[in-house]
Amino acid sequence: MGGTDAKDILGLPKTPLSLAQEKRSRPQKESHRKPDGISREVAWQWLPVKSSARSDDLQLFHWVRVVNDVPPSGDYSIQQSVDVLKYTDDEYENHLTDPVWTKEETDQLFELCERFDLRFTVIADRFPLSRTLEELKDRYYSGFEPYDRTRDRERKRALSMVLSQSRHQEKKDAEILAEAHRDAFGCACKCFLKINRAAEPDVPANENIGSVSPSSNSQLPATAVAPSTLSMADYASTLASLHMLHVYLRTYGLEQMVQAASSAVGLRTIKRVDYSIKNQKVHHTVKGHMPQCRILQRIASEPFSFGAERPIKKEQKRKVIQISV
Amino acid sequence: MEDSAVEILSASTPKPRIGIDGGDDNKNWRRRVNGVEVSVPIVCGSIAFYRGKKAKEYRTHNWTVYVRGATNEDLGVVIRKVIFHLHPSFKSPTRVVDSPPFTLSECGWGEFKIDITIFFHADACERKLELSHLLKLNPEIYSGPQSPNVPVVTESYNEIVFPDPFECFLSRVNNHPAVHVSKLPEGLNLPPPGDADDESYYKMKKGDTKDHPLSHWFLKFSDADELFRLTDTRQKVQADIAKLKRQLVMVDAQPE
Repeated sequence: MGGTDAKDILGLPKTPLSLAQEKRSRPQKESHRKPDGISREVAWQWLPVKSSARSDDLQLFHWVRVVNDVPPSGDYSIQQSVDVLKYTDDEYENHLTDPVWTKEETDQLFELCERFDLRFTVIADRFPLSRTLEELKDRYYSGFEPYDRTRDRERKRALSMVLSQSRHQEKKDAEILAEAHRDAFGCACKCFLKINRAAEPDVPANENIGSVSPSSNSQLPATAVAPSTLSMADYASTLASLHMLHVYLRTYGLEQMVQAASSAVGLRTIKRVDYSIKNQKVHHTVKGHMPQCRILQRIASEPFSFGAERPIKKEQKRKVIQISV
Repeated sequence: MEDSAVEILSASTPKPRIGIDGGDDNKNWRRRVNGVEVSVPIVCGSIAFYRGKKAKEYRTHNWTVYVRGATNEDLGVVIRKVIFHLHPSFKSPTRVVDSPPFTLSECGWGEFKIDITIFFHADACERKLELSHLLKLNPEIYSGPQSPNVPVVTESYNEIVFPDPFECFLSRVNNHPAVHVSKLPEGLNLPPPGDADDESYYKMKKGDTKDHPLSHWFLKFSDADELFRLTDTRQKVQADIAKLKRQLVMVDAQPE
């Protein structure tokens, strides 16, 4: 173990690799404990560069930091394909005139931007007149006022759609969770079999809640994730695997359920929602999923007297379940 | 406690296998009852007292870590023994508690994660269960020098779930105050709990924590409380979402 550690620190591949090979080195199990209690596995992997802008077939490799088996997204193109804004002479007259910049200068700037894909350090070097990088950037981006606004608006719209979608998804999933747990044993096994045998007309009412319609998501931008149509099967199989354990902690069981529910939503969205909730300054005395468990326990069994509480009203039950985080 | 067939056995006597020899019908002893769930609400926690004047560099706190019933009932009905894995700097860090109440007291200065392994009676489950607890000696928020009379209490609620329990186990623990049994299917005939006549069961010191010296520090876990906090949290979240949406609308509506 020590040898591989040393090699890792030095950035050497642990096994000899050649550029022509597409070989992944085995990630080390270095688990970093983050202060907030989320444990991650961080490993460095030798992966091919996902480059979208090359015209040839050259395959390059690089070290990539992989957290929890998720490589970072993004284009590592050395050559970016960027759409540089172009303007006609009329547009220049109307929008882009500037006391400090002449049209020739601006034209030159935009030409360089096009040529060098907005790499301002390079552009700055090549610009005939001495302008600082900031000035060049400023001049280029200031021409974008109208453009930025629409882009921003689109971005915000997309974000709010994702947010509302994930909220909606969570609500639905929590409802499914409650229903699934309530009729867990009989029903889950039943529907597990049913789903495996493909759809049948006489599916009991509560199982229909599980079917999440994908139709509403056709408008979502690429950043959002379409919900899974396997929800019910996921739950059933989660329950089945819990049963195989013969004994488990309620918190663990709930975690598995929630994971099954949120498997449709990307990890990023989950983290985003978690993060935004943390930032809401809500007094989060609900630790993990334990409150859910108490409520679900109630639902799963008859309301027996546990201390001196009265049985929960059905309506209250539903409302409470909707807090799934 | 009369009608419960639950007796605590001490480690020193050979343990008769409760319920395994479930009557004459031998094939019953490993039969599972489907659709039923046995769950045991537990609290895993620690209580730490500052030693005040008696505090030394490496012995600043007296603490106790434990696994107790959420309503302080006797967990010995289900749990056979609990092992607390202490920090290696402790002597014999693997501490075995083989009779209830499952508590362990020590003296130290450091906070660390205690791994806890729970072993069940043979008729309940062969597998062990792992959980862990972070020992806290110092209060979260500093509010002056620690008083030796006010401990730092850290507790967390959980439930041990036995899905599709064994018949003999179910019959033994059904109606025990420490155990919740989900709705039994109609027409279920449970065999009578294991015969106590043949074996010499006897009750050891009682295993519940109702009168434990630390019991008045135990936290209460109430459903109503949780419900209230959940609805409250939900309202706050809804309000924040509404606010955010309004802000978005306002930003969108801004003129060019």
